[in-house]
Amino acid sequence: MSGIALVERRAPGPAAAALLAVRLAWRQLWSEKARLASAIAGVMFACVLVFMQLGFRAALFDSATALIGAMRGDLFLMHPLTTASFRPEPMPRVRAYQALALPEVERTVPIYLAQATWRNPENGSRRAIQLIGVDTDAGVLDFPGLAPILERLKRADTIAFDVRSRPEFGAVARLLEERGPFDVQVGNRDMQVVGLVEIGPSFGADGNIVLSDVNFRRVVKERLVSAIDLVAIRLRPGSDVAAVQQRLRAVLPPDVMVLTQAELNAHERAYWEEATPIGFIFSFGSLMGLVVGMVIVYQILFSDIAGHLKEYATLKAMGYSNFYLGQVVLGAALILAVAGFIPGFIVSALLYDVVGGATFLPLAMDVPRATTVFAMIFTMCAVAGLLAMRKLRDANPADMF
Amino acid sequence: MDAPVQLRDITFAYGEGELRKAVLRDVDLTVAPGEIVLLTGPSGSGKTTLLTLIGALRAMQDGSARVLGQELRGANEAARVRLRRSIGFIFQSHNLLGFLTARQNVAMALEMDARLSERQRLDRAAELLTQVGLADHLEKLPAQLSGGQRQRVSVARALAAEPGLVLADEPTAALDKASGHEVVMLLRNLAKSRGVPILLVTHDPRILDIADRVVAMEDGRIVDTSAEKHAAA
Ligand SMILES: Nc1ncnc2c1ncn2[C@@H]1O[C@H](COP(=O)(O)OP(=O)(O)OP(=O)(O)O)[C@@H](O)[C@H]1O
Ligand SMILES: [Mg+2]
Repeated sequence: MSGIALVERRAPGPAAAALLAVRLAWRQLWSEKARLASAIAGVMFACVLVFMQLGFRAALFDSATALIGAMRGDLFLMHPLTTASFRPEPMPRVRAYQALALPEVERTVPIYLAQATWRNPENGSRRAIQLIGVDTDAGVLDFPGLAPILERLKRADTIAFDVRSRPEFGAVARLLEERGPFDVQVGNRDMQVVGLVEIGPSFGADGNIVLSDVNFRRVVKERLVSAIDLVAIRLRPGSDVAAVQQRLRAVLPPDVMVLTQAELNAHERAYWEEATPIGFIFSFGSLMGLVVGMVIVYQILFSDIAGHLKEYATLKAMGYSNFYLGQVVLGAALILAVAGFIPGFIVSALLYDVVGGATFLPLAMDVPRATTVFAMIFTMCAVAGLLAMRKLRDANPADMF
Repeated sequence: MDAPVQLRDITFAYGEGELRKAVLRDVDLTVAPGEIVLLTGPSGSGKTTLLTLIGALRAMQDGSARVLGQELRGANEAARVRLRRSIGFIFQSHNLLGFLTARQNVAMALEMDARLSERQRLDRAAELLTQVGLADHLEKLPAQLSGGQRQRVSVARALAAEPGLVLADEPTAALDKASGHEVVMLLRNLAKSRGVPILLVTHDPRILDIADRVVAMEDGRIVDTSAEKHAAA
């Protein structure tokens, strides 16, 4: 061994090397601020697009299940052919009585669902509205605003109107405040609006009305008294829900499904997610955002490498490995991910407020979604980085002399 | 002490089959510890190719090359990358990273050595830049320096990591006479004071005076080894 030749070098550990690589990436990005700004804007754009798509998607699915989600019961009976609450398949009311045979079952409450025509009290235009009929004393509906007006709903021909219904139904809340209870035409009957509840529109219904089971049958005359759409079952305290569910399945004929509250929600949601293209449309929108963002990041990284091939080759000649230079490129990608996500997150949160207010959709920023979007943006940038890294092979130190 | 460079029967060809073009034939060359060897010869005689083989920038074909105690015949990529860390390279153009200051550029040569802290790296870089006369230009970007100053930064970078060997290919080609001579004198003095051997390719007859020995190549062979001893600095 020659004396001066081999000074024993100790290569930095993986973490230290990665830090140095990321610092080099940062210095390179920072040196061209206009380019950095456009790269960040690209990532931010992708970020906002994905946030909006996922936000709309979740809001639509949430509103689709708002009605079912407000039902309170330990178990529910539903016809197996009912795909979604706005289009129920009726089942015989006797099933509700049969369920009472089990000693754990304390009470069974039939629920009636149907759509009827609502006549706008302001301009007379007609529009289909969702009716929810239930024994008002049973306590199976948990809509905000319902509890104080339950007594009024027991009177003949009274209804409670969903204030979050689409505005096309008329300014019912304002009319109610100005005139007190007033008549509107529902189906072919004049019904009196006596109060307001909050449910919200969904894919299946632009607006909702809550009324007693007796009043429901007055509006929907063609309906057989013995046909019901949903049964809420309340069990005695301390009952084993899963066990009762099993026994009900055994006892009842196959024209009913026995579902827990969570299963009922999932059933409703699955219809909108799987049986309609809505889920696909938003997933596709998110994907497009990610692809556009990836192309932008790839372009920036690629031209950074292509424009500095000599410098990269020099680093290789100095003894930097391909792996290290790969880390520099990946580091740049991840810096762009973080730097684009932060403003993207802020803009999206603001847009949620603005757009949510305009569309009546419950758009809200939450931690799981922010985490998901960050993971997507991170992956997007990492993939762009990995693709751009192939260009590093063109930096050949043997061509340097 | 072993010679830092020992080449035996180096034969090298570019291309395959019909296009195969022999560039080096049976080259034997030894560089002694601390020796400054200049390699000259007509264009296309294979000087650069020889330098890339010694610098482990290219895979060997035939013959044996021991560089800094490492046999390069059959050495894999990882071994060659490791060896390069012990070699200082100076290229025809400076190849400094444009977004780093002179000092950061020199410190880049030290970042592969975990024995040094960031502070030590920057101090060491400043020290070397001072030795090449750039004490007042530490924080300047390459674009703010003249050609000669940039090449002096490359000299500082090549010597920063205590290399066992410096390889340079026409380092003065892009410089005017005065600054070219100044750069090679700096290189020579720094190398001599550290006992680092240099193998330098040049066409420039004005700088032959820095050499301990001039080796001439022609058509892939070494044709003349004249010992031109100079009084060491
Ligand atoms: N990458 C390559 N592929 C194919 N042929 C090459 C390659 N590099 C060099 N050559 C050829 O090999 C021969 C030797 O080239 P080399 O660059 O080693 O010569 P040189 O002595 O450095 O010349 P110069 O003084 O002009 O720099 C030349 O004929 C050249 O055309
Ligand atoms: Mg050459």
